[in-house]
Amino acid sequence: MEAPLLETRDLSMHFGGVKAVRNVNFTLAAGELRCLIGPNGAGKSTFFKMLTGQLQPTHGAVLFRGRDISHAQAHEIARLGIGIKTQVPSVFDGLSVRENIWLSASRIHPRGRARAVVDEMLERIGLAGAAQRLVGQLAHGQRQWVELGIVLATDPQLILLDEPAAGMTHEEVLRTAELVREINRSKALIVVEHDMQFIRMIAKQVTVFNQGGVLVEDNIENIMRNPLVRDIYLGKQAAA
Amino acid sequence: MNARARNLAGLVLVAIIGLAVLFLTPRLADLDTVLELTVYMVMAILALSLALVWGYGGILCFGQSAFFGLGAYTYAIAMFNMGESTLPFLLAIALPAAFAALLGYFIFYGRISDVYLGVITLTVTLILFNSVNSTAGPEFHIGVAKLGGFNGIPGIPSLNFPGDKNATIDLEGMFYLSTAILLATYFGLRLLLASRFGRIIVGIRENERRAELLGYDPRAYKLATFTIGAALAGLAGCLFANWGSFVSPTIFGLAQSAQIIIWVIVGGRGTLIGPIIGCIGIQWLSAFLGANQSTGSGSPWAALLSNAPLVLGAILIAFVLLVPKGLVPTLGDWGQALLRPRVRERIADAAPMPVGEE
Repeated sequence: MEAPLLETRDLSMHFGGVKAVRNVNFTLAAGELRCLIGPNGAGKSTFFKMLTGQLQPTHGAVLFRGRDISHAQAHEIARLGIGIKTQVPSVFDGLSVRENIWLSASRIHPRGRARAVVDEMLERIGLAGAAQRLVGQLAHGQRQWVELGIVLATDPQLILLDEPAAGMTHEEVLRTAELVREINRSKALIVVEHDMQFIRMIAKQVTVFNQGGVLVEDNIENIMRNPLVRDIYLGKQAAA
Repeated sequence: MNARARNLAGLVLVAIIGLAVLFLTPRLADLDTVLELTVYMVMAILALSLALVWGYGGILCFGQSAFFGLGAYTYAIAMFNMGESTLPFLLAIALPAAFAALLGYFIFYGRISDVYLGVITLTVTLILFNSVNSTAGPEFHIGVAKLGGFNGIPGIPSLNFPGDKNATIDLEGMFYLSTAILLATYFGLRLLLASRFGRIIVGIRENERRAELLGYDPRAYKLATFTIGAALAGLAGCLFANWGSFVSPTIFGLAQSAQIIIWVIVGGRGTLIGPIIGCIGIQWLSAFLGANQSTGSGSPWAALLSNAPLVLGAILIAFVLLVPKGLVPTLGDWGQALLRPRVRERIADAAPMPVGEE
């Protein structure tokens, strides 16, 4: 069997006495699309932060393509090929849409090629008409698209999406689901999402986080039927 | 591409005005004015150094005067020891840059937050002030150069043409040199900011975490920006030591540090021409108010106006409250609003940002 693209071993993050993530053993195969679900505070975002070097784990290890990146700097991990779209869109608000994508593309491409990549990406995220607009002036959904474009333009092997459909209109959610499936043709993805409709559109394998650990891992049909999952997550959401 | 055309027009305008000042001033003005303008040009280079570091790099450095002073002292000390100015001139740029690289390494690679960066750079400046201030005795000397403590170092030899130490540059020559270096610095920085490096440092200023997650190391870019800024401040310091043939520890003082920041605030962060205008304008105003002082003996208004720190302080407060973006960006906004009334409609058309974002 092929070595996993990403693997975590007993990965843990403690903030003082709070164990935000505890002993997570997680593996992702090359080209896989995995959804992460779980209630607020289950440790999903902390988990993402450790995978991208924004937090250094208290103990345990992260292996990416067989290499230990547990204590690597965020920019080094990005260069190894992990890209992340954060929960609150993290973009360059004071710069234009084009400049945003350019900053990303020019990290891996020389000047001339970067221009072409930017033009392609602007088409792909549907913002070619707004290329000169300041990102800070765009609507929330469009900012999400800009961030997705930024992440894609560095051509990562693994993309982490933290609530990509949050705050989007139904139409935008459909488009995002389509784009995620399209991205998955060439790249591995881990998607954190609360919107079960969205998850049903994209997911095959689902990992459920609860209280900092992995509760269960299964395909989407079994997860939807799992009474434990309903109890801690879906039930709560239905009640809310 | 409208923005590009405006950009080009701006560059051409600066070039024309710059060259006009360079060539016409010594012909039209008396020597006193030329001398006065020379120091404005020197200080404008210093203002540009902070315009880069703070305005574009987002690094609020309270210590530009430390690098400025180091440049001035380095030039003076090296000049007394060497006699020929080529190496002292280069040392006055290299030493502050090296010092900034070392200091910046600990600041940026230690991931010290912005507030503490301000505190540290200010502290370093004051340490230099106090250290140099207390070197008055004859035992404090480097080679043949006496440091002079609070008395400063008088009689610093002028720059000469490279290689020929008898061909010293006279007062008018200093005006040409300072103005030419100011113009070269301005256009050099424009080039730098249009380059890949320049665009990345602006990206880091806008969102450091995002830049990092794209694979850029913000520490390295900030360190480079900080070091280039220090080199420019050192260059200005060297010219300043030449202008008055004198340096004293006050150039490390709090007043000097604050003044550089005021130039940038008044002129406008995120522009290069703004801090130049802020610097020259405020220096001109200071000189004007200072000149008033001797004659202003009559009315209480004259007495009030002759208090330069009070008037400058009031101007600064007015700017921070009323024109927070600074002179040049605000004028630019007005110009755009007048020229293109449609812009406003388009912005109004755009969907408003959801409340609670940011």
